[in-house]
Amino acid sequence: MTTVTVIYTALFYAAMLLFVLGVGRKILIYARTPQPLKIPITPAPTTKVGVWVRMAREVVLFESLFKATKWTWLFGWIFHLSLLLAFFRHLRYALSPESFLWPLVNLELVQTAGKYGGYAMLIGLLGLLARRIFVDRVRYISSPSDFLMLILLMAIAGSGLMMTFISHTDIVALKAFTLGLFYFDPQPLPASLFLLVHLGLVALLLIIFPFSKLLHAPGLFFSPTRNQVDNPREQRWTRGWTAENTDTPKPG
Amino acid sequence: MANFETPPLTEFMEVPPVIPGTMEHSSPYIAKPEIQAPLAYPGQLVENWEQKAVFKLGELVKSNRALQVFLDTCVKCGACTDKCHYYLGTSDPKNMPVARQDLLRSVYRRYYTLAGKLFPKLVGARDMTKSVLDEWYSYFHQCSQCRRCSVYCPYGIDTAEVSMAAREIMDSVGQGQKYCNEIIGKVFKIGNNLGLPEPALVNTLEGLEEDVKEATGVDVKFPVDVKGADVLLITPSADFFAEPHIDGLIGYAKVFHQAGISWTLSSYASEAANFSMFIGSRHNLKKQAMRIREAALELGVKRIVVGECGHAWRVAYSFWNTLVGPFDFLDRNYPVPQHICEFTYDLIQKDALRFDKEANDDKVVTFHDSCNVARASRMGSMPGGQFVIPRAVIKASVNKFVDMAPDTIGEATFCCGGGGGLLTDDLLELRVKGSLPRMQALKQVVDEHGVTHVAAICAICKAQFSKILPYYKFPMDMIQSVHGLVSNAIRLDRKEI
Repeated sequence: MTTVTVIYTALFYAAMLLFVLGVGRKILIYARTPQPLKIPITPAPTTKVGVWVRMAREVVLFESLFKATKWTWLFGWIFHLSLLLAFFRHLRYALSPESFLWPLVNLELVQTAGKYGGYAMLIGLLGLLARRIFVDRVRYISSPSDFLMLILLMAIAGSGLMMTFISHTDIVALKAFTLGLFYFDPQPLPASLFLLVHLGLVALLLIIFPFSKLLHAPGLFFSPTRNQVDNPREQRWTRGWTAENTDTPKPG
Repeated sequence: MANFETPPLTEFMEVPPVIPGTMEHSSPYIAKPEIQAPLAYPGQLVENWEQKAVFKLGELVKSNRALQVFLDTCVKCGACTDKCHYYLGTSDPKNMPVARQDLLRSVYRRYYTLAGKLFPKLVGARDMTKSVLDEWYSYFHQCSQCRRCSVYCPYGIDTAEVSMAAREIMDSVGQGQKYCNEIIGKVFKIGNNLGLPEPALVNTLEGLEEDVKEATGVDVKFPVDVKGADVLLITPSADFFAEPHIDGLIGYAKVFHQAGISWTLSSYASEAANFSMFIGSRHNLKKQAMRIREAALELGVKRIVVGECGHAWRVAYSFWNTLVGPFDFLDRNYPVPQHICEFTYDLIQKDALRFDKEANDDKVVTFHDSCNVARASRMGSMPGGQFVIPRAVIKASVNKFVDMAPDTIGEATFCCGGGGGLLTDDLLELRVKGSLPRMQALKQVVDEHGVTHVAAICAICKAQFSKILPYYKFPMDMIQSVHGLVSNAIRLDRKEI
């Protein structure tokens, strides 16, 4: 067992633990914090099914962003889509061939889309970075962390592309390492530079997720302006302080 | 006249460049102790206000999911940066919604997030200081809580919620805004924003009955405190005396008259407006709304109808049932509450009203969607009814109607520039500049379609338009009440239904 393997094994356990606990804690906080008043942005759906449709359009199509600015929408949407494609491609390194998902993950389409999705991801990120630099309004609102986040993601995409197209890594050994993590049976990690960079940055991303704006991912589902049904007249809504006992005058 | 220049109206609306600090001098008068007292707020900045403000922020975040989610999830994508009328009219980057939120978010991050505690510079976190407070006071009174930014935010982040929270925090440490808080105090003391006592109200309404009788020869009543009436009308008190609001009130009365439905005003609840929403004050919001429930019970009415007022309709439609419901003592065959436009529209649908549209043939009319009606409420049973129904009422009353550009109406409507508790002369520069996008859209239909009048269903919009239209070289009386148009056209001869 090399030092590198020990460090990366420990790093990934720590990162996963922080990610799961940190995001889980935030989701619990969002779920438990009451929304005292009805505040959907109208026109809003008048049924729960309608809300699901509205939310799906936001999550899948980024509908509001599309209304707002086509360039940001384009680059943002490309980035997120390619992130999804890359995720599916990477499942190959984490699933055993016995898994029921394997035939799907092993599809030529999934693998190829994920492979070239890496370029799309870089293009999306570069577009978002360009907006941050060249549009005066977006530059004004950007903190150092906003730039660093994009750079981090670009470094992850870049190091991944290097392994795909320039300097291949030992996939079989990598898969053994990943599965070893799942089975609590540490296996040696192939010591290739790009792989170490790639994995190190992914671990970093997992660690900062619960403490950063990456919380937009779970947050969206809890956003009252988007997830509330527009029916305040039909159904009385009370939560938190509006549900507390009151001295409302009674009829008669 | 004033110490600023009215922005020029150009060919089309352009997004201005960022010019920091153009509006940092804009700040409304601070409330004196005697104005703070009736609202149960400290009279002046309390000791240790920094700690207390930070504590209050934490309390609000813990008890309000919207705030909790909104403060965490912004990714600074910039989608909102060109959506605020105050940014478009002033170039001041702190009037970009995300930058406005960040004034508060930076403090939240400093005290309530790990990243902000460890690396404040990296994530833009700041200590709560006097200069931060001053900045809050200035720029959270440059937000009309119109929710336009939230329409375009990929996470639905609503700056209105953030600005309400900021105002509540400032109030709770003793720095309130004179305009809003003085008005709320008047409601508690007298029953309406204007401080119009019962005898004056009765007198005004009697005068209106005489005026209408003289003009039409018909005995249209303006009843007040009539027990057992079918409908309690809750309307903004501006309807009792301001122009063009009062024409709207006359319109409601004529509609009730023609429909043959008995109605009454209440001298106790003679105000639809609820400025406590603007200052994010829970207990005052509820206390104000409670007067309406009490009046409805006292008068024994069956229905509540709400007059033309934007934020009041938001409070009535979205919050009343929550705050002071349930309304099981009212007739549930009708929506509770019902908007006057819904009421009139229903009668039109039933063919119960007749109009001489020619009475409005001197006008080419457009309609200004008021933000709180457009983005925070509904009319009728279909989403978007709040856009269809008022237009249907207008079109029943006038022959010539034209809409403004699609990206300036409906859910994308631009604020009049005076909403959210900013309708005060100490913020005149902001109000004039903030109305630029609306004036731009108006100019386009004036030039292209010969529009002569703009109708609205909000007391604040109407007062704001009256004030700022002349700055843009439009006639002051261009602004109309929707029910003022109804009033002109409705036929008062009784017909068999």
